[in-house]
Amino acid sequence: MNGGLLVRALRDPASLGPDTDWSGLVSAARAEQLAGTLAMRMAGCDVPPRVAAIFASARRDAAYARTQALWEAEMARRALADLDVPVVLLKGTAFYAADLDACAGRSVGDLDILVPRADIERVEQALLAAGWERLKPADGYDDQYYRQWMHEIAPLIHRTRDRMIDVHHTILPLTARPTPDAESLIADSVELESGLRILAPADIIVHAAAHLIADGDLAGGLRNLWDIDRLLRQFAAADPAFWTTLEERAVRHQLRGAVRRAVRLSHQLYATPVPDGWRAWRPADALFRARLLARNAWGQERRKLLRFAFYVRSHWLRMPPLMLARHLWTKARRGRQPG
Amino acid sequence: MRHRLDIQIGPVAFRIGSAWKAPLDALGRLYAAYPKPADGLADFTVRLEPEKPWRRWLRPSVAIKGDYILPDAAPLALAHGLLAAEMGMNLQMALGQKNYLLLHAATVEKDGRVLIMTGESGAGKSTLAALLGERGWRLMGDEFGLLDMDTGALMPFPRAVSLKNGAIRVMEAEVGADRFGPRLEDTPKGAIRHMRPNDRAIAGMGQGGMPSLLLFPRFGPAEAVRGVGKAEIFMRLTQASTNYVSLGRRGFDALARLVETVPALAIDYPDTDTAVGLVEAFWRERAA
Repeated sequence: MNGGLLVRALRDPASLGPDTDWSGLVSAARAEQLAGTLAMRMAGCDVPPRVAAIFASARRDAAYARTQALWEAEMARRALADLDVPVVLLKGTAFYAADLDACAGRSVGDLDILVPRADIERVEQALLAAGWERLKPADGYDDQYYRQWMHEIAPLIHRTRDRMIDVHHTILPLTARPTPDAESLIADSVELESGLRILAPADIIVHAAAHLIADGDLAGGLRNLWDIDRLLRQFAAADPAFWTTLEERAVRHQLRGAVRRAVRLSHQLYATPVPDGWRAWRPADALFRARLLARNAWGQERRKLLRFAFYVRSHWLRMPPLMLARHLWTKARRGRQPG
Repeated sequence: MRHRLDIQIGPVAFRIGSAWKAPLDALGRLYAAYPKPADGLADFTVRLEPEKPWRRWLRPSVAIKGDYILPDAAPLALAHGLLAAEMGMNLQMALGQKNYLLLHAATVEKDGRVLIMTGESGAGKSTLAALLGERGWRLMGDEFGLLDMDTGALMPFPRAVSLKNGAIRVMEAEVGADRFGPRLEDTPKGAIRHMRPNDRAIAGMGQGGMPSLLLFPRFGPAEAVRGVGKAEIFMRLTQASTNYVSLGRRGFDALARLVETVPALAIDYPDTDTAVGLVEAFWRERAA
């Protein structure tokens, strides 16, 4: 499994010897959206010339990703400036905007922002007026589904820049069992020089853990877990009370289990230093680790059954059974009836 | 993956894996004269795999995968596996190659200087480059020109020439049968036959050259020649590049330098002999 080689390279870049399967490592890193991160980690290490050129190229890509992410954030700031609404950057864009360690080499897809739920329609209208467009037809099933049940509105895409924005009002679907305290996420957020905001440090971890453990199917999980490792190291070094705060915030957002598990996995895979009380072993961690590492030296997905199990789990976490049945029924009928 | 083939083309090393033997056998024959990557490593990995597990045997269907993928790429029939491998390599270049500014262009070299021909699909640049490659020029590539952003030189990428429909007959009349791959009928682009560049093109694949003339050929209408303004050249080249935007300022500077220093012409031609005549005439004029 080359997921394992990739994790070892990120954790301890100097440990890779001359007999490393470099092509397998590069393919696994590209598949996990970690090529830029790996290239930053391995800067200065002794690697073959072809690999050095691949890494140099990946670092340039990351520099471009940074420029593009910050520009998208600035475009959103300008579009929303007159609304007098707090705009909280999430995920990769937030890491770049605050220059956190987790941004080194990181790729960024969409722009993710969090705004108060009461303001979401005004925010959407302002974005539509500033050149963003709906991907899903307004009032169609998908659009309605997002509005009724999700933690975000259906994604918008910018007409000329071709970049997507996800506008969130909380960090988990409304159908999920935990209910994070969205008001306190925004109330405790930190203002940056630009006027945009990022979540408080402990809430950044809670959000990352919610996204990794309590929401999706762990696709791209190695990257999200790497974020968590970098953030934990940085926040814990800056604030001696960080772990206590993290525990409090995790409980407040009803995500203690997800946060604990994310911290354990980060410790187990990336050797993140964590306090003794956070290490207690859980049998299911092994399944999560196996799922995170399920990629081979060709960059292919492995362990199809385990992947499928996590996919089913992601739907189970999101929806009560009856609702899930109704959702799949609607999707299936629509699939068979064109238009 | 069950089957594997490594190929070095110009400065780029590919590792190609396949769930079936046949596509790599065909690819191996086409690229028999090419070197293996000296370091045993790959810049890009291409994978040919069944779209669903059972499609390995049951109505086999080849999905084009690799380090970089298009999520909605249509799979090909196993009989078109060779084309899938070629498309997979092109895809890695188009989406992943950032060490060079990539121009969707055919390039040929004479006396150490490079002629760039670019245009939309169907403009005939592949055929023209293949023909010139048999008539005193060195073929550098029929699909991608690799512009070195530091030196301004073009590097060769002489992969097998992809001949389509009518162009197949033109080249069959010019080149021995041993240099052709199988004729692939009814592909998404019609009939396709791949042609291996000659020994000179393969032997010189490490040797770049400075660009000296830029042509925008167009097959079809009556013979015509017109000048092209620098702004138009620049815009056409940005459209012909798959990675211009993501290279940022380096890409802009390299392209601006190319446009400032290299003369350009648009030529329309009704048949390939006319085109070859026009190219030779402009080249002599340029060299004088």
